[in-house]
Amino acid sequence: MLGKTLKELSEALNKKEFSSAELTQFYLDRIRKYDDDICAFNYINENVINQAKAVDEKRAKGDTLPVYAGIPMALKDLIIQKDMPATCSSKILEGFVPPFQGTAAQLLEDAGFLCLGKLSMDEFAMGSSNETAYRKKTRNPWDTSRVPGGSSGGSAASVAAGLTTFALGSDTGGSIRQPASLCGITGLKPTYGRVSRFGLIAFASSLDQIGPMTSNISDNAAILSVIGKYDKKDSTSLNVAQEDYTKYLTGDVKGMKIGVPKEYFAEGIASDVRECVNNAIKAYEGMGCEIVEISMPHTEYAVATYYIIATAEASSNLGRYDGIRFGFRAEADNLKEMFYESRSQGFGDEVKRRIMLGTYVLSAGYYDAYYIKAQKVRTLIKQDFVNAFEKVDAIICPTSPTTAFKAGEKMSDPLQMYLSDINTISLNLYGGCGLSMPCGFGADGMPVGVQLLGKYFDEGRLYNLAYAFEQQAKLPVMPEKLK
Amino acid sequence: MSYEPVIGLEVHVQMSTDSKIFCTCSNKFGSEPNTNVCPVCLGMPGVLPVLNEKVVEYTVKAGLALNCQIRKKSVFARKNYFYPDLPKAYQISQYELPICEHGYIDIELEDGTQKRIGITRIHIEEDAGKLNHEAGCSLVDLNRTGTPLMEIVSEPDLRSAEEAKAYLMKLKTILEYIEVSDCNMEEGSMRCDANVSIRPDSNAPFGTRAEIKNVNSFRNVERAIKYEQKRQEKVLNEGGKIVQETRLFNADTGITASMRGKEDAHDYRYFPDPDLVPIVLEDKFIDDLKEWMPELPDAKRARFMSEYGLSGMDADFLVSAKAYGQYFEQAVKAHNNPKAVCNWIMGELMRRLNDKQCTIFEAGISPENLAEIVKLIDEGKISGNIAKQVFDETAETGKNPSEIVAEKGLVQNSNEDELEAIVKQVLDANPAETERFKGGEVKLQGFFMGQIMKASKGKANPAVVAPLLKKLTS
Repeated sequence: MLGKTLKELSEALNKKEFSSAELTQFYLDRIRKYDDDICAFNYINENVINQAKAVDEKRAKGDTLPVYAGIPMALKDLIIQKDMPATCSSKILEGFVPPFQGTAAQLLEDAGFLCLGKLSMDEFAMGSSNETAYRKKTRNPWDTSRVPGGSSGGSAASVAAGLTTFALGSDTGGSIRQPASLCGITGLKPTYGRVSRFGLIAFASSLDQIGPMTSNISDNAAILSVIGKYDKKDSTSLNVAQEDYTKYLTGDVKGMKIGVPKEYFAEGIASDVRECVNNAIKAYEGMGCEIVEISMPHTEYAVATYYIIATAEASSNLGRYDGIRFGFRAEADNLKEMFYESRSQGFGDEVKRRIMLGTYVLSAGYYDAYYIKAQKVRTLIKQDFVNAFEKVDAIICPTSPTTAFKAGEKMSDPLQMYLSDINTISLNLYGGCGLSMPCGFGADGMPVGVQLLGKYFDEGRLYNLAYAFEQQAKLPVMPEKLK
Repeated sequence: MSYEPVIGLEVHVQMSTDSKIFCTCSNKFGSEPNTNVCPVCLGMPGVLPVLNEKVVEYTVKAGLALNCQIRKKSVFARKNYFYPDLPKAYQISQYELPICEHGYIDIELEDGTQKRIGITRIHIEEDAGKLNHEAGCSLVDLNRTGTPLMEIVSEPDLRSAEEAKAYLMKLKTILEYIEVSDCNMEEGSMRCDANVSIRPDSNAPFGTRAEIKNVNSFRNVERAIKYEQKRQEKVLNEGGKIVQETRLFNADTGITASMRGKEDAHDYRYFPDPDLVPIVLEDKFIDDLKEWMPELPDAKRARFMSEYGLSGMDADFLVSAKAYGQYFEQAVKAHNNPKAVCNWIMGELMRRLNDKQCTIFEAGISPENLAEIVKLIDEGKISGNIAKQVFDETAETGKNPSEIVAEKGLVQNSNEDELEAIVKQVLDANPAETERFKGGEVKLQGFFMGQIMKASKGKANPAVVAPLLKKLTS
């Protein structure tokens, strides 16, 4: 069952090669076997096996079933799945069970998928190593002394370890692509507005986007085809037609122009990462693509800009965790103390750091110097992309400056940690789509990811480019020991 | 030393839309606590606001009615603060780019002149929930969370508590005309904060202002401002300084007390709400609403005076509520005696409204009924006194006035022979008074008319009786 694409699984289920219950049990068994080491799951849905049996019964009766009926998957723990805990890996949300359904989860359910459970992440998606999680600090399946990246670290690790068929993650500044890169899987951040944010617990509303994390390109395209749908419940969702992205996967990329921005190959990029990515570029050249050197001059301001805009929005988005209506509440003598204590005890250090930063940049007297200035720079960074896409069809660069680092290595130095996202952050400020896929292994034997960046709603082209490389490179997608 | 007050009002008006501003919950007042709520207005993690288009429509209607410029592109902003009745810890409001700006309304002053009061802006925002303080605890009711509000901010153009009240009443009337709010101050659907400062004379620069919160009736607006004005005068006369602060009006004691000073003012950290896109209005949307706009009180007042020959006072009364004018015109259409119809509305009908605490169309007297009563008087069929009796009967039974008149034999008696007999009978029964009346005691006219009315069971036509009385006593 392992290593099959979603399409193959769907066909196998229809041909009754195995049942949904068997497939689901297979994954539950793997979770039991490996998750003590990997720590990807915040919550396991014990009821999923009954749901699988119910699908099998319907299938046996000959009922018409949705295409992915009975295939289990898992969700990052900030994506709302009705009646399952949603903690954002934070103490402050412990015990919160949303009484409503999120749009992405609903669309997956409509397509027949079953939810195995909720996956660990950096607390409120703030972090790049999954180490800010309150309970489950997920480890990298390729080497459990190393981090899986973040914030969708649980999603990336669970896919890489074969604990689920695929997972959904979310990406605010690289939180899908960076962990995908570090765990050797494929992750796509869709265009802002492509996937509904209704049911996505907000970190930074103008940057957040849900996306698929998969072990191959075709699965990724298949999942985006399911969840990439206009939703009236999200005012920032764009009313563009739903697409079948698998139709783009021809492998023919001849004549496509791929831009190589020199700013994304700066000093901090490790030499082994650089080499792997250069090999990928050569491969594209070999496939008939035109490689164009480009410049995106405002890239150096991206991290600073991001950490003003994202924290400003977060400081407001996280105000609702006050201990009154849901989640953790600290005991206190009066209301004000209860607010203070619930938030002081409920949030971790990184979240507090960002709330304080965001509160500061929005404060009277600082607003213009920070928030407004950052918005202006954001416009310049967007313009870099617009200019680039006048010359090229897509941009190629390393996803992460390094392979997966050791747990604990960067926790004491937030700035070092923030630089893990130096190549992914600009795209969120622009709002376009971006994909990370494996392109080789570093000197330490850990996976290296290459990133393809595209213009608004150009996911189809990115998928085809990625597919062409995947077909040629044929890299292993899972550590041998977990097979 | 005397001072001139300078007053500006911030009025919050709850819009009477069916659903809330950012979710589909009912916008009904008075439901059981925490029943009109959903994950969106409860501010649960993972939810998003979606703007109710009616809210934009209602606010633009208000903007047009208040002579505002309508902004083609306006933006929602978050106002951040912690309070138990604010689930998201921010209120979605408008800050830098409000939907309506630069308007005005004209108010009538005591001396009959008009004064123009500027409106700085109208912006859209969501209401917060409500805390119900009980012994030992405070309970949170979030039914009101997400009720659409428009905040109407006036220029500091008001110069007395009376002007402030007149402004507020005019505002209420206009908003009722365009049916965007029921403007019920008691139920809190119209709430008012007053910015009050004083200065030595009308050429002096504005003084330091205090913001008075929690003013919840027209009477209290007047009381609160008058109190605050006196308080500030006393401070200055005693050589003190006014401090910029927020004060709370207490309706029971009639005084204002400091709530928080300038140094404790919140830093709301406004910024554009990234969950909502800007409101972009097309010309057609605005033009259609202009087209829709009903006749507003000022225009109606002028028309009532020219078309029906009513006095300014009568017209003021009839336009003070949209329904009064509607009722009036419907009645006049059935019987063209505007002045008499107006008098009946202002007199008997209002008395009944007060007694029954009902609206004009619920009083049991349709405009057609009222027209018929006036018509019966005008045709000499019933007297004014009988008419009041008919009015009450109609209201209680729902029967037509003429039906009642016929059934009860209330038709006015104009028959000279019959009336002469009654007059004679009355004169005979009161010989002493008759002698005095004949002797020139004119004031007994009223006594005799009363006796004659009584003897005729109120049906005698006074116009016929008067000459008869004169003839028989001369």
